[in-house]
Amino acid sequence: MTKELEALASLTRIGAMSRRDFLGRASALGVSAAMAGTLLAGKASAQPVKGGVLQMGLGGGESTNSLDPAAALSQVPFHTSRALGETLVDVNPDGSLDFRIAEAVEASPDAKTWTFRIRKGVEFHNGKTVTPDDVLATMKRHSDENTKSGALGVMQGLADMRVDGDNFIVETTTPNADLAYLMSTYQLVIQPNGGMDDPAAGIGTGAYKVTANEPGVRYTFEKFANYWDSSRGHFDGIEMSVINDSTARNAALQSGQVQIINQVDPKVAGLLARAPGLQIKNVSGRGHYVFVMHCDTAPFDNHDLRMALKLAINREEMLEKILMGYGTVGNDIPINKAYPLFDDTIPQRTYDPTAAAEFYKKSGHDGSPIVLKVSEVAFPGAIDAAQLFQQSAAAAGIPLEIERSPGDGYWSEVWNKAPFCASYWGGRPVQDQMYATGYLSTADWNDTRFKNEQFDALLLEARGELDQDKRKQLYRQMADILREDGGLILPMFNDFVEGVSDKVQGWEQNGMWEVMNGLAPSKCWFA
Amino acid sequence: MLLMVSVLIFVGTQILPGDVAQSILGQSATPQALANLREELGLNQPAYIRYFQWLGGLLQGDLGTSLTNGRDIGEAIGQRFGNTLFLASCAALIAVPLAILLGLVSVLYRNRWPDKLISIVALASISVPEFLIGYILMFYIGVQLGWAPSVSMVTEGMPFFARLHAIALPVAVLVLVVLAHMMRMTRAAILNVMQSPYIETAELKGLGMFRIIRKHAFPNAIAPVVNVVMLNLAYLVVGVVVVEVVFVYPGMGQFLVDHVAKRDVPVVQACGLIFASVYILLNMIADIVSIMANPRLRHPK
Repeated sequence: MTKELEALASLTRIGAMSRRDFLGRASALGVSAAMAGTLLAGKASAQPVKGGVLQMGLGGGESTNSLDPAAALSQVPFHTSRALGETLVDVNPDGSLDFRIAEAVEASPDAKTWTFRIRKGVEFHNGKTVTPDDVLATMKRHSDENTKSGALGVMQGLADMRVDGDNFIVETTTPNADLAYLMSTYQLVIQPNGGMDDPAAGIGTGAYKVTANEPGVRYTFEKFANYWDSSRGHFDGIEMSVINDSTARNAALQSGQVQIINQVDPKVAGLLARAPGLQIKNVSGRGHYVFVMHCDTAPFDNHDLRMALKLAINREEMLEKILMGYGTVGNDIPINKAYPLFDDTIPQRTYDPTAAAEFYKKSGHDGSPIVLKVSEVAFPGAIDAAQLFQQSAAAAGIPLEIERSPGDGYWSEVWNKAPFCASYWGGRPVQDQMYATGYLSTADWNDTRFKNEQFDALLLEARGELDQDKRKQLYRQMADILREDGGLILPMFNDFVEGVSDKVQGWEQNGMWEVMNGLAPSKCWFA
Repeated sequence: MLLMVSVLIFVGTQILPGDVAQSILGQSATPQALANLREELGLNQPAYIRYFQWLGGLLQGDLGTSLTNGRDIGEAIGQRFGNTLFLASCAALIAVPLAILLGLVSVLYRNRWPDKLISIVALASISVPEFLIGYILMFYIGVQLGWAPSVSMVTEGMPFFARLHAIALPVAVLVLVVLAHMMRMTRAAILNVMQSPYIETAELKGLGMFRIIRKHAFPNAIAPVVNVVMLNLAYLVVGVVVVEVVFVYPGMGQFLVDHVAKRDVPVVQACGLIFASVYILLNMIADIVSIMANPRLRHPK
């Protein structure tokens, strides 16, 4: 369906064009009357149609991947575990909880004891019924000291977990108002006996069960007949092909070999959008591109120098040239409007070479080049972004020297080691988790070496605060501290950009993670 | 020889920065998770012990399991290698006869227009990087014309002709890449022989050009031609990484790249050994053929 037609349809809907004229234009453009009718309805037919096999072309998979949800860290393992498994709860785009394996949750008044009621009659793909014991075993496996799970960080600070009848109960060491949200972490897929026996067997409770597992190549799924939620899982099957080359992904979508692709390069999104029979979907997310300075290493241990660099980056230009506008400008805090309890009255920091030059002079820096390490793997377009940064800083009289590092080994040798480098972050379900992961004094991934006692105290206070207005104020205070004094330069939040065939209906805007937070196979259908 | 290769590969993967645990966990590695994973994979033992463990397994015909996803290496590689061989042999079946034929045609019409045309096309296709040829074919034949799928996804149990259709584009790219080299070599080798006195004699006897090439020149030019053909066959098996990546073809190339990036030593070792064996075997065949084609080497004095 063409952009022109969509525009005409919206004109017709507001009465600026008659229905007859619209249908005439539509048939001139080669669209059937029935199709034009659904267009006029403003969205596709709301009644899901069953059947068909959805083919997805996905980047971010390797032949080294496994079906063990604990090991899911990149895109393709994320999508496979989302299709075949479910967590206790999901988080909806509006920040509310979507109950999956748990059908309800209750917190004690002190926010230290959380009771999840486990849904009855949910079945695993191997025919076993889900019990609270499976849930407990799952959580035990991911919180065990010897686990290699990507969710280990989330599971810290739990005092006790137990089963009581139909309930799964979690006790935390300190009050935690966000505990239910933590349970939506995508690695925490409920498995039979918690996956203790064979974590990579691919047995889950999801709408689709695995029929072929070829890591790095393709995965096929068939509809799970006994899936508990009849409002999801409309396809007969899903095929996910790993296509890491972005040109090949675009070609596969254009030639109709796949109906959904992820990670469309912003540089070509505009061109691809003009191709017939497909649409570019973009949604603002929580992921962001950053330059990180170690607050405890010279010259970055100087507040004025950090502030000079924060003022010397041109965010708007970077958003336009690196992301082609598929994103939003950042404000040197890892939180944006996608998060609940975000305060949108925080002033936006902008490019100010004059002020940057003043701060630079005040810092007493000797004028030697400041080395910024960067690699193409830091984020797409990182090298170009660093060069833009270098130019905008030079205009303020700040000398940056860009040092390119090889992508292979960047995360082990440069990031979290070099005092100034480029990096990226994915989002987290709630503000508390984002701050606790990277900005608490004791955090494993404190890649800015930001250590601030007041900030840490506020974080703990906000975590246990059940009054949402008060919490919002506490998070505002934390944001102010970090924005003023942190080592984080955050020029932009990146959108998720995906290519979707017109045949796919039921698409929703969900910026929690890419491709509708991995729910496209479960929620979409073919027209 | 192969043992040397295996030692080299092992040392090579050891000196790369980072280790398998670090690359599996990537940016989200906590020190605790790293330590756990290293323990689990037995990375805390010294390198030489790990090497000999691997070698011991290999001598019993056991390639071991992948460090990253715990799958059996022999099984995974078997399938991948089959795919690569299939792609390579399809390309070879088209490229080799075509190259020799074009080489002969070039010689027949030396310095006339067919020769010039063949040379220009061949040199052009050899000068363009293969990923670019791949993208060009993908765009025009795959997306615009829809004659062949733009992404070569093959699966087990796919019918033979469907499989052939799926790999049409990568085969075309490979043929274009190796054709020129083989063709030029054939032409040069035959022309070289054509300068010899006995060819002049044959010409003076009044034999036709075609017959001279077939009976007198070609048998003597066969050794260098076979050598270059074998070199290109080895390339077709070992050097298809780029083409495989572009067309998302599940062969050895992509497999090796993934595991090198993850420092998955046992898998890299196995791939390296297979590639080395292919090279050694094909070179051996080339030598044997040269000996058979040359009476002076066949009956040493």
